[in-house]
Amino acid sequence: MRRIALYVHWPFCQAKCPYCDFNSHVVRQVDQAAWRDAYASEIKRYSSNIPEVEVGSIFFGGGTPSLMEAETVASVIDGAQRAWRFANDVEITLEANPTSVEAGRFRGYRAAGVNRVSMGIQALDDGDLARLGRLHSVSEARAAFDVAQETFGRVSFDLIYARQDQSPAAWEAELTRALGMAADHLSLYQLTIEDGTAFGDRLARGGLAGLPDEDRAADLWDITQNLTEAAGLPAYEVSNHARPGAESRHNLTYWTGGDYIGIGPGAHGRVTQDGTRHATEALSAPLAWLFAVQRRTGVETTAPLTPRDAAEERLMMGLRVHAGVDLRQIDYRPRNLDVLQEDGLIELDGPVLRLSRKGRPLLNAILRELMV
Amino acid sequence: MTELAHIRNFSIVAHIDHGKSTLADRLIQLTGTVAERDMKEQLLDAMDIERERGITIKANTVRIEYPARDGHTYVLNLIDTPGHVDFAYEVSRSMRAVEGSLLVVDASQGVEAQTLANVYTAIEADHEIVPVLNKVDLPAAEPDRVAEQIEDVIGIEAHDAVHISAKTGLGIPEVLEAIVTRLPPPHSGDRAAPLKAMLVDSKYDAYLGVIVIVRIIDGVLKKGDRIRMMKTGGTYDVDDVGVYRPAMTAAAELGPGEIGYLNASIKQVRDTRVGDTITHEKRPCDAPLPGFKPSIPVVFCGLFPVDANDFNDMRDAMEKLALNDASFTFEMETSAALGFGFRCGFLGLLHLEVIRDRLEREYDIDLITTAPSVIYHIHQRDGTMTELHNPADFPDPGTIDRVEEPRIKATILVPDDYLGDVLKLCQDRRGIQMDLTYAGSRAMAVYDLPLNEVVFDFYDRLKSVTKGYASFDYQMIGYREDTLVKMSILVNDEPVDALSMMVHRDRAEMRGRAMCEKLKELIPRHMFKIPIQAAIGGRVIARETLSAMRKDVTAKCYGGDATRKKKLLEKQKAGKKKMRQFGKVEIPQEAFINALKMDG
Repeated sequence: MRRIALYVHWPFCQAKCPYCDFNSHVVRQVDQAAWRDAYASEIKRYSSNIPEVEVGSIFFGGGTPSLMEAETVASVIDGAQRAWRFANDVEITLEANPTSVEAGRFRGYRAAGVNRVSMGIQALDDGDLARLGRLHSVSEARAAFDVAQETFGRVSFDLIYARQDQSPAAWEAELTRALGMAADHLSLYQLTIEDGTAFGDRLARGGLAGLPDEDRAADLWDITQNLTEAAGLPAYEVSNHARPGAESRHNLTYWTGGDYIGIGPGAHGRVTQDGTRHATEALSAPLAWLFAVQRRTGVETTAPLTPRDAAEERLMMGLRVHAGVDLRQIDYRPRNLDVLQEDGLIELDGPVLRLSRKGRPLLNAILRELMV
Repeated sequence: MTELAHIRNFSIVAHIDHGKSTLADRLIQLTGTVAERDMKEQLLDAMDIERERGITIKANTVRIEYPARDGHTYVLNLIDTPGHVDFAYEVSRSMRAVEGSLLVVDASQGVEAQTLANVYTAIEADHEIVPVLNKVDLPAAEPDRVAEQIEDVIGIEAHDAVHISAKTGLGIPEVLEAIVTRLPPPHSGDRAAPLKAMLVDSKYDAYLGVIVIVRIIDGVLKKGDRIRMMKTGGTYDVDDVGVYRPAMTAAAELGPGEIGYLNASIKQVRDTRVGDTITHEKRPCDAPLPGFKPSIPVVFCGLFPVDANDFNDMRDAMEKLALNDASFTFEMETSAALGFGFRCGFLGLLHLEVIRDRLEREYDIDLITTAPSVIYHIHQRDGTMTELHNPADFPDPGTIDRVEEPRIKATILVPDDYLGDVLKLCQDRRGIQMDLTYAGSRAMAVYDLPLNEVVFDFYDRLKSVTKGYASFDYQMIGYREDTLVKMSILVNDEPVDALSMMVHRDRAEMRGRAMCEKLKELIPRHMFKIPIQAAIGGRVIARETLSAMRKDVTAKCYGGDATRKKKLLEKQKAGKKKMRQFGKVEIPQEAFINALKMDG
């Protein structure tokens, strides 16, 4: 049976982080019962349109999904299980902030069926955590991480690097400490300043001194690759590192062109029907989405992707993972393959196109050569 | 007709934002020249580019009737003059057409550079000058200090300056009274003498054809007259004469001392040269007015459409612009790197930028501009001489006997605090000092300079080293031999013809280094390293290496980001259109002109 991944978006946070451009909102109170009903209703709607599939993974993203009551999480998982069949090895991930309050809910999540957490630790330095607008300290994060490791089979955490005034030596030391925490999966993101965020405004006004230039950022990237490889957690995607076998199956669905359903405000989906891939995008304002679900109309827009768009997307996403893209599977002939191969930026392994180690940090520039 | 004694012709000299347009509006309004319901802001400014850049490119004029306190009604003719060194000649003609100026200075800001340059032109034209301090109602206004500054810096009496607020209308009646009592009437004018009129400016009107602004010196100009342009030789039948109020208003005639327009079915602005003398064909005046100079382009550059499909539209647009601009010339050019385009001639760099802006904005054509150049005289060994407009056409050095370049006499007025920097700048640009004198706290430096050292960014540099307090004027003085060579630029070992330039041999290394360094900043990193070299013939004289790009990857990209990432790619596709491909290297179009800007 065809596999599908299910993404559930919880759009609320306790505070908005200054670097974040995700669909997240700070509100005083959330009527969890209303949201439970809305998710349930969306699952029903999707399952009647796409009945015969097997759920390979569920991912609760946000926002801060660890602000969901365990009951809400349980209701979504139960609903999905009633609507579709679960794969034997179903992976159910929840993003969590590493505070003591949230650690207190871990047992409940476990009971609801969550078997993997991804923790937003972000930094192992109290000063930098404050600068990133995080509400936790390093010791609190480590304590929450310990609880998570005791509770769940699989734990991953995020770090943000290439921060203001971060020296290569400091990052090397911090990443070494992180690797010592013995998670089987790490997401290591270089800090990206997005327009429309608090950091974006600060940068535009001439603030945010000490951000790394391209050469410094490349040095930090190299350190990251070397240390994680030595520790047995090589990158399998641009920013994601795992012990072999511990990769996020849910996220691999996005990168390898699999189908996924997106539920919740602003959630995107890609669903193939009758050979055509369709893109769905839900209303992004939380209350607008909630009311639309309650009215049972106008929750999302759906558009078929042209074969060319689908192929370009497949290449864009697929080259992020080290396995690469099998060109036989896409209806598109990338340009400049010979030049890029000559320059040692890509590798062609039969029909499979993948980036070389040298090409990996240059993905955007390579995509431009391949597709523009 | 109006008696000379009851005519006052004047211009307004002011820095941008010091209130010239608002004052003009108030004068027009208070005298009832425009009905209240037709009043709008900045009546005299025409083009968007003029408003934005705070410069006037074409002269405008308006006739105001003012019943003065002495019981007589006076005719006041205001000429709004252009105000940039590129148009120095046009400014000087406009100034010669009037007898006095209002010097408007913002009482909260003080005297600024543009004021200085134009006020000296007014002084040279023997104007009476009435200082007007504007914005005296602002809390930051310091009228006494600014009056003192006018006396110190410009050297004219300012204790009886008129205090006004053009915004509120305060002091406007006093300005009108000062124009009548303190500015002189036209110096002479004989109604019975043969017609002698100055061609002040002309513009193309899509409906009426070419409209000429004239100042009558002697004689009378009427509808039906057959006139002759004394320098260009053209003869025309006058269809119409009139004045601007500020709308065009037909008049029976224009007499001595008056300023107005004539319309004579002239097809192109090219046929009307600023400063020419207009007379009657049948009964001509004995001599033309002094000071006429044909306006000839001195700066050349290539303009190429970014999109080759725009070539025909670009040619149409340039033909239209040339109809209204005698000093703009163009002919077709082909570049190996840039394809089909045009070699264009301009009065100076501002003129170049104005034309380029108009092509881009009014005609919506994206352009690549190549290095500006002057006309070199290449004397071949076989005794022939060719004019070189484009360094790319530089012949085999083996066939050349000598190369001559145009020189100018530059006059620079500057407060003496900045003199040292100005002398250094002129020295750096191969200048030869001809004269250096002092007047009060101002110095006047006269230099013999190669035009090619001036055309590009000399004026910008001068403004920057003197904080805007220098005024600058120049005239061509002829050609002189020097050791001039063609410097080529190679990017990733490929010569880029659009970047080649003529330089003095002694300055080649310095310019080459500066160009390579600048290009290194302007060309984005590629995924391989790129050598950038300057060479004379086959010999490399400067070299930089643009290192390879090391990191360009989106850190986070999950299910929801695919759509966003796709949009980024679409944007990159659009961005690629703004680049030019040279072998494997993409060069952004603005690099072709920015590479030449020198910081030192």
